[in-house]
Amino acid sequence: MVADSTDSEHRSTKSPALGLRFLVLAALSIVLLVVDHRENHLDAVRKVIGATVYPLRILVDAPVSSWRWVRENTAGRNDLLLEISRLNAERLLTHARLQRFTALESENARLRAMLDATAKVRDQVQVAEIMSVSSNPFRHIVVIDKGSRDGVYNGQAMIDADGVVGQVIEAGLLLSNGVLISDPDHALPVQVNRNGLRTIAVGSGEFDHLDLPFLPNNADIEEGDLLVTSGLGGAFPPGYPVGVVDSVTRVPQEPFADVTATPAARLNQVREIMLIRTALEAPGVEAGDDVDAEEAPEPGTAPAARPEQPEAEPGGDAEAEPGGEVENE
Amino acid sequence: MNSVNVSRRLPVMICIIMALMLAIVPMPALASPYRPDWVALTLIYWSISMPRTYSVGTAWLVGIVLDVAHGTLLGQHALALAFITYLTARFHLQLRVFPLLQMTATVFALLSIYQFILFWINGIAGTYADTAAYWGPVVSGTLLWPLIQYVFSGIRYRLTRSA
Repeated sequence: MVADSTDSEHRSTKSPALGLRFLVLAALSIVLLVVDHRENHLDAVRKVIGATVYPLRILVDAPVSSWRWVRENTAGRNDLLLEISRLNAERLLTHARLQRFTALESENARLRAMLDATAKVRDQVQVAEIMSVSSNPFRHIVVIDKGSRDGVYNGQAMIDADGVVGQVIEAGLLLSNGVLISDPDHALPVQVNRNGLRTIAVGSGEFDHLDLPFLPNNADIEEGDLLVTSGLGGAFPPGYPVGVVDSVTRVPQEPFADVTATPAARLNQVREIMLIRTALEAPGVEAGDDVDAEEAPEPGTAPAARPEQPEAEPGGDAEAEPGGEVENE
Repeated sequence: MNSVNVSRRLPVMICIIMALMLAIVPMPALASPYRPDWVALTLIYWSISMPRTYSVGTAWLVGIVLDVAHGTLLGQHALALAFITYLTARFHLQLRVFPLLQMTATVFALLSIYQFILFWINGIAGTYADTAAYWGPVVSGTLLWPLIQYVFSGIRYRLTRSA
């Protein structure tokens, strides 16, 4: 390499402050690392620097999103008609299913009222998009295009049409970071739909399977069992599908069975996700930090207020205006 | 004087911003373990050729931005980048006269140190990652070095001629 004469002439060959500067910065990094690892005091700092990263992310995402825009806008009439008929068919199906669901729900509400059970969950859903920006190479973290300005908060659950995707770990002002359930550091309280057996699903670091490491050998679990969120951790509302058990290996001398599951959501392909905002209707019980208290009907009147028109179903609204808030009861 | 500074600094700033963008561009799942450490390579080059202007301070700031972009612990990439640029700025006179092959071998060593610091901090913080994941960027970065040196020396030639 050629020496850069303009840069090093009329100055000493070696900067005496270089080592000192490095030591100061290294010490600063270590302090930052320790503080960041232990506490969440640096969230504000992250938000400020995140705002400077925002244009970079937009720039990186621009080719992909503009290509999508071009494709959507130049889609042929036939394609659009096909799409419409497909969506109509899907809508009819969901509609039919929802009719049964409404009946079941009102029955459920009546039974709960009889049992004086609390904690009827209302979920609000907000549609967000995963940006084509890759993130931490060591973890399964995605960037989503909604931030605290849109009401996103830390710990909010992310789902797609098929099941649980992950949760928000860092709500920035305009963009947020979410961790997928396949992240090796992520653990999700689940239960087996068939018999209510509770356990924890831990991410494996691979998109296509989850580990269930805490099931004893005699646990009643078999291949094909559907896992749903149990709602015990507080972050995820109960009842959303997580995955299907795909292998159960019982080794007699080991304390725990080796159980893995396939996630229901297509974690590495999903682009549109829904953020769930949970509000508990129980008196005096609040979940999350953003609860729409005034929207929740009183527990006593809940059964009467329940019967709702199928027209107000979530699917229809979500397609009409993605990004808007949709009620999913 | 000021405008000269700007015209001298702007191209390098653009290089660094491009490197940051390449660091977050999505790649196919098969190729992403081999994503070169663009930021580290860029900083290695510029801290060797202009160690007064770009050394540990620049590297640390860029590292903090990279930490936020990647969502890693704040200070992780900053520390790793500051350390390798300390080494390159400290020994820039020796490194400048290295022939390409020897320089490539040095880059291999620098990238290994960089990944080792990341690995080390991940280990302390308890972030699990496959050990093989740390080698991919080292290999691809080393292989790319001759090309990077060629491109950047073109930019630098214009910079020094215009200044």
